[in-house]
Amino acid sequence: RHQQYIGKVKQAVFSSQRAGRKRVVVSTEENVIASLDLRHGEIFWRHLLGADDVIDGIDIGLGKYVITLSSGGSILRSWNLPDGQMVWESSLQGPKHSKLFLLVPTNLKFDKDNVLVVFSNGRLHAISCIDGEVLWKKDFEAESFEVQQVIQPPGSDLIYVVGFAASYQFEMYQINAKNGELLKHESASFSSGFSGEVSLVSTETVVALDSTGSILLTISFQDGKISSQQTPISNLVEDSLGPAVIIPSSVSGIFAIKTDAVAVFIRVMGEGKLEVVEKTTHEIAVSDALSISEDQQAFALIQHASSEIHLTVKLAHDWDGNLLKESVKMDWQRGLVHKVFINNYIRTDRSYGFRVLIVMEDHSLLLLQQGEIVWSREDGLASIIDVTTSELPVERNGVSVAKVEHNLFEWLKGHMLKLKGTLMLASPEDMAAIQSMRLKSSEKSKMTRDHNGFRKLLIVLTRAGKLFALHTGDGRIVWSHLLWSLHKSEACQSPIGLNLYQWQVPHHHAMDENPSVLVVTRCGPSSDTPGVLSFVDTYTGKELSSLSLDHAVVQVIPLPYTDSTEQRLHLLINADKHAHLYPKTSEALSIFKREFLNIYWYSVEDQNGIIKGHALKCKCTGEVADEFCFDTRDLWSVVFPSESEKIVATVTRKLNEVVHTQAKVVADQDVMYKYISRNLLFVATVAPKGSGEIGSVTPEESWLVAYLIDTVTGRILHRVTHHGSQGPVHAVFSENWVVYHYFNLRAHRYEMSVIEIYDQSRADNKDVWKLVLGKHNLTSPTSLFSRPEVITKSQSYFFTHSLKAIAVTSTAKGITSKQLLLGTIGDQVLALDKRFLDPRRTVNPTQAEKEEGIIPLTDSLPIIPQSYVTHALRVEGLRGIITVPAKLESTTLVFAHGVDLFFTQLAPSRTYDSLTEDFSYALLLITIVALVAAIFVTWRLSERKELQEKWR
Amino acid sequence: MSNVKVLLNGGQNITFLRPDGYFSFHNIPAGTHLIEVSAIGYFFSPVRVDVSARNPGKVQAALTENRKGLSELVLEPLREEQYYEIREPFSIMSLLKSPMGLMVGFMLAVAFLMPKLVENMDPEEMRRAQEEMRSQGVPSLSSLLPG
Repeated sequence: RHQQYIGKVKQAVFSSQRAGRKRVVVSTEENVIASLDLRHGEIFWRHLLGADDVIDGIDIGLGKYVITLSSGGSILRSWNLPDGQMVWESSLQGPKHSKLFLLVPTNLKFDKDNVLVVFSNGRLHAISCIDGEVLWKKDFEAESFEVQQVIQPPGSDLIYVVGFAASYQFEMYQINAKNGELLKHESASFSSGFSGEVSLVSTETVVALDSTGSILLTISFQDGKISSQQTPISNLVEDSLGPAVIIPSSVSGIFAIKTDAVAVFIRVMGEGKLEVVEKTTHEIAVSDALSISEDQQAFALIQHASSEIHLTVKLAHDWDGNLLKESVKMDWQRGLVHKVFINNYIRTDRSYGFRVLIVMEDHSLLLLQQGEIVWSREDGLASIIDVTTSELPVERNGVSVAKVEHNLFEWLKGHMLKLKGTLMLASPEDMAAIQSMRLKSSEKSKMTRDHNGFRKLLIVLTRAGKLFALHTGDGRIVWSHLLWSLHKSEACQSPIGLNLYQWQVPHHHAMDENPSVLVVTRCGPSSDTPGVLSFVDTYTGKELSSLSLDHAVVQVIPLPYTDSTEQRLHLLINADKHAHLYPKTSEALSIFKREFLNIYWYSVEDQNGIIKGHALKCKCTGEVADEFCFDTRDLWSVVFPSESEKIVATVTRKLNEVVHTQAKVVADQDVMYKYISRNLLFVATVAPKGSGEIGSVTPEESWLVAYLIDTVTGRILHRVTHHGSQGPVHAVFSENWVVYHYFNLRAHRYEMSVIEIYDQSRADNKDVWKLVLGKHNLTSPTSLFSRPEVITKSQSYFFTHSLKAIAVTSTAKGITSKQLLLGTIGDQVLALDKRFLDPRRTVNPTQAEKEEGIIPLTDSLPIIPQSYVTHALRVEGLRGIITVPAKLESTTLVFAHGVDLFFTQLAPSRTYDSLTEDFSYALLLITIVALVAAIFVTWRLSERKELQEKWR
Repeated sequence: MSNVKVLLNGGQNITFLRPDGYFSFHNIPAGTHLIEVSAIGYFFSPVRVDVSARNPGKVQAALTENRKGLSELVLEPLREEQYYEIREPFSIMSLLKSPMGLMVGFMLAVAFLMPKLVENMDPEEMRRAQEEMRSQGVPSLSSLLPG
């Protein structure tokens, strides 16, 4: 199952084409440019731009080209509106960074060509809309000049560039749009300075705020002359508190300012006089202006009321007259309206109708028309932060007799129909009935647990702070919940969702409880801001409780202990290295006390190149007695020399991984013991010079070092250097092996290496007699200070593609062989058998080794197109791959997420424990019937023969 | 065409194709770079590109998969990719080859051919065999085999 998303919309432009399907072109925070169907909200086409190629502006030129400005204003591209094919690409350079402006004037023409006006990097460009040629350019090199607005009054050949210089000087340049010639340059100084944005209220007037944010400056530059007017905000609004900011908007004649408490709309009268038209304390969102006729502009305004939003469309010059006033019921789970885009259409009675596109706090996109939500897109799912899974409820068996009878009849009827269908006897009506029945009862999408464990809930946390539960059967959203703990509040200024943990997974005796997840949130970008915990029921999506912590959350350690209600114990480490135990119950504390000395963890400081191991010491020694707070001590530290090594990747085994067997039988009937420890850490470091991009270093000055470290003792068990290699390193750790992917500069190809680690100390126990006679060393004490006897085997192979993510399949018991799941640069997911990454591969394997399944050694790993688990689909912007075991041992569930979502079931060694979907039941039936018939025929034949024998 | 992406250095820069199939990267420093092409349904070898620092504008390219040098920077797919396994068409042979088919076949063979085999046996041989069987008490398969 594959779902396509685009992300939170930043900017939207409506296509004004009369003919054909109505479209809207959007750019998003996920850096997607997409064309959507305005009727249904489907995607016509979309492109995901590179991570360093952020879209700054979009527009439509000549009605058929989508123009995008990206990479800080240095790349301008044009796309064909109907099919999304790129038409041209231009690179724009300039002397310095500046604000960016992309204007597509409709009436500025050379011959038949439209001209695009782009201001970027301190340079003004005029660019042909058809082929992207730069017609002329003009630099604004004055040292401190900061551009604030670029204006092209419609119907003239002039371009105004206005801005501030040295923060108190207002500068205005008048430029001929035909050739870039500077016509006039005026400046005026304002002793009070400027702050923030400017708002354009007409083609020749701007409004700015002074540096204190309390005086409004109205500056007009009519005919190239600068005149200004100052109005203190206190004259307009009596009770205004604190400094104000201008809300960017482009509605002519009106602008809005916002202080902490109120938003004020102000109209500009002639000669710079200002007048307050409306004051509101509601949350508001304003759209840009839309010109609906020669001299009329309309704009949309959205205000929140408890469970509704009020949409008003007003004319710019007439505040009190509303063109449209509608109220729309809005699910409060969507939060506030963040952005509004307005578009008009002509109704059958030739009057204007309006539709608005709104972007909500949860990143969803909705189209409102005639007081209704026409369509909505859950684009929050394009930015998933963390994923976990939850089981579905168990099917209840308390069904009444009547229902059973009814069900039995239905069941029989259904099976008769199905039988007809498989035997190809069904009439078209029957076929339709089968189809509808399948949809209705659809095994796949039921809301209960199934025997094979294929049906699960995927709980995903998005960047917007919304939690979704997706059904693995059909990918639908079961519930969604905007977390209030992730809502902006006084105590928590800019909450960031961090991680999801399984808080309570009931089984055995605590069946009546619903499972719940723990969401960890931080109140700001730095790691020492306090955290918030919230607990969410995974069946209903209700937030059970939330806790505002008085300490920060640097690390969360789920402990392998649960209390009597199956709540998992978690240890939260704060910035001062105190450990806090959750849940805060006495039962949890007593369990914790018992295991006090067995708890170890490590921390990675990749800035300083230090890895430290920690253990608990005693109760906190602060003034406030808190029995759930513990002091910690450092056990060991590994310091990497900062001049030669920089940590780029650290990987451990998954906590819930199951290992079936510790021993591995090799070809010559020998046994090797896997060194299986939960406390192994893989660390990769590169030379500091080689931490940049490919091609930035020579092979001689770049190397990559891989370590295996025991996190309890801090002992380095294995260390290997790859000379001439560099990152990025993607690694995965499973059982006793680690596979990592990096770039080999000498061969100029990507490489993948495998390290397997085996326990040598148990190798002597192979002799059965020793075991019987008690001479084995299984009971001999193992000390942390004795060096474990391990041997490692490793091998490297070339691999064609760059990787974005790497994962390994996991199954319920760990018996099934493993596959590596590689997220390639082309946003596909490739499954690669672990047997290809076996350090015991040789060029000419012996017969015995071949029998064991060892593949002859090749220098590169094969890419078999059939083993792309995504087939011909792309998981656009792939970020992560998650595998979850199903109950059926052969099968694993794979969820890949990026801008798109993809879910599938995989059977790494084929489905050996169940029939495949394409198993032909008809064939089975026919065979059975044929056998029965054969029995009868032979029976008759033998009877007749016996009779003949007797007669003879 | 519109879904083809060209990636430089593992996604550092991404660009798209023009209608004529050309693509370009701007502001690339001198050095050795890697170009990859992502196109659904085709397999492209990554291309090693050396941008010369000494003589500007000089560029050398080579496929990394087979170390073939490229005189012009023209990228061609090495092969098409088929993502779906072709489902085997239904045939009577596959039916016979399946374990169930073999089972049925074996049963038929035993049921119809064995009596025929016994019939075709020489009566004398038959008698001898029966005697042997009687004398040994336990019928053994090896005794039935000639030689």
